[in-house]
Amino acid sequence: MTDTKNAQTLYDRLWSDHVVARGQQGRDLLYIDRHILHEVSTPQSFELLRENHLEVRRPETQLAVPDHAVPTRDRGAGIREELARRQVALLEANCRAFGIEYIPLTDERQGIVHVIAPEQGFTIPGITIVCGDSHTATHGAFGALAFGIGASECGTQMATQCLWQTRAKTMRVTFTGALPAHVTTKDMILALIGRIGASGGSGYALEFAGEAVRAASMEARMTLCNMAIEAGSRVGLVAPDDTTIAYLDGRPRAPQGRSWDQAVAHWRTLRSDDEAFEREVEIDAAALAPQVTYGTSPDQVIGVDETVPEASRHTMDYMGLNVGQPLAGLPVDYAFIGSCTNSRIEDLRAAAALIRGRTVAPGVTAMVVPGSTMVKRQAEAEGLDKLFTAAGFEWHEAGCSLCVAMNGDRVPEGKRSISTSNRNFEGRQGAGARTHLASPAMVCAAALAGRIVDVRKEHVS
Amino acid sequence: MTAVRTVSGKAVSLPLDDIDTDVIFPARYLLHTEKKGLGRFAFHDRPEIVAAFEAAGHPQILVAGANFGCGSSREHAVWALAGLGLRAVIAPSFGEIFRGNCANNAVIAAAVDARHIGGLHAAAAAGGEIAVDLEAQEVRADTLAVPFAIPAGDREMLLEGWNTTTRLLALHGEAIAHFENRQRAERPWLWNKDETTP
Ligand code: SF4
Repeated sequence: MTDTKNAQTLYDRLWSDHVVARGQQGRDLLYIDRHILHEVSTPQSFELLRENHLEVRRPETQLAVPDHAVPTRDRGAGIREELARRQVALLEANCRAFGIEYIPLTDERQGIVHVIAPEQGFTIPGITIVCGDSHTATHGAFGALAFGIGASECGTQMATQCLWQTRAKTMRVTFTGALPAHVTTKDMILALIGRIGASGGSGYALEFAGEAVRAASMEARMTLCNMAIEAGSRVGLVAPDDTTIAYLDGRPRAPQGRSWDQAVAHWRTLRSDDEAFEREVEIDAAALAPQVTYGTSPDQVIGVDETVPEASRHTMDYMGLNVGQPLAGLPVDYAFIGSCTNSRIEDLRAAAALIRGRTVAPGVTAMVVPGSTMVKRQAEAEGLDKLFTAAGFEWHEAGCSLCVAMNGDRVPEGKRSISTSNRNFEGRQGAGARTHLASPAMVCAAALAGRIVDVRKEHVS
Repeated sequence: MTAVRTVSGKAVSLPLDDIDTDVIFPARYLLHTEKKGLGRFAFHDRPEIVAAFEAAGHPQILVAGANFGCGSSREHAVWALAGLGLRAVIAPSFGEIFRGNCANNAVIAAAVDARHIGGLHAAAAAGGEIAVDLEAQEVRADTLAVPFAIPAGDREMLLEGWNTTTRLLALHGEAIAHFENRQRAERPWLWNKDETTP
């Protein structure tokens, strides 16, 4: 029996393990074990160091990679766009000046920060890890306390290895039952955001539990944790288990030998006591349909078999939709498979499996952008690139690409896009672009059909 | 950072919920690597919002809707708002990373109870002055006086104008070193063997 008073969640355990000094009102000075850097959020962070004549306290705990601004085609020619080239060069120069490891664009370890850090074993259970990027919650899939911060905080972390943080309340989200065929963790997280709202997790750290989570691969768990921020929460966690440990075994930056054994022994203690949560939400994973967003906030989401509910006039005009209209059958102009939410090898496999000799519908621009160069090479070794290109998909180099549309890839004004990314905000995929978020299988099915379709009906197994 | 006590002046009303940082600062301008002069990109794709700012005549205060500044962590959103001359944002709630970014840039993010936000929108739209008093933790407009919430640490930092980073090192340098020694002993796998203790 556990004493309720001493009951602790995984979040509480991770937090307590990193307190350097106690503050007031739940605010503590936390030790931050690791920091990942990308080109967009750190130029001003290094300026902060320079202005204050500070050094990076532990360069070994920092890892930098360009991802947001980088071109995802014709990379041999380097970065043509002037501002992007300067921004990436600045990251490299800053890393050299401050002794931080920098993964260049040409390196096979290059890719989206949240894809490459786990891939390299830089992300491990039990640590605190930050990045100037809100989707840092992704790393919580390993049972690490991972959260996004601003550029000033990046500077503070580099100089001090610490950040003042306010402890969140804890919410457990239990996904009961097993997922039906063609329904994924992307649908689970979208359904949760629809249920609790885009600020429903604000002030809370989320922990995902239940049968559907335990059964999920690390890739699928990363998708789940990735979008905690779209529910308003900075933190999404899954307790480490055999799946986590098997994923990390042998990764280049993971502990090795005796260190590995010590680390694993510690990781096995990282779990929550049942009675410790301040809020509980339960979702029946077995009853979920594939989810698709219809609006410009990620909580504006429905099952693909439902009709568009009430939303503001502004949103409906922006999206070019009417209340009561079914989403299924809606023609799409763009289909994007990529982003730190859904660009890992399993995502590409799930999409490729749907092609079965068919081709992208006329008029649809369909693109696949692997999350890392290693994912790209793996996919190529499996022949997935051939399947995609033969079907008429563009096959790109790794980067953020159409998730944030700042590298030249962009959806034109008024065009409709179905996307595996995480944000359907106005202008996110280009000024005036209309974005529908969905899983990789749903996006691939829509690319082939030329319209939004229910992947469960399309798929003949 | 300069100390902030009270911000008072004209306000602009933006009564929409879930205004994300992509709306405040469109991603394509993120290629800029400076902090200054980013005000020109604020709300770039929403001309009606830019027009509201102009109509309000250089407001120092923004009265916004719930979950203001949600989404991307980009601090550019705060730099751009500060570039427009804003020194305080009042809303029922904020995106959490955005709120922290405000504190690091001498901008007050004042969270007022949703019941009171309507009155403040009305006051802003009427062109009256609003005062955001950080010491009293109170927003005042006309006959209204409503309390606001702000994390204690943010408030202290703003009131004193502290430099978070250098202050942290000065006050807690020893505690950090102590923590590191302990972690090195207890969690050796988090340390490179040849890494010198800072
Ligand atoms: S893929 Fe999209 S959400 Fe992920 S880090 Fe890149 S821009 Fe951000």
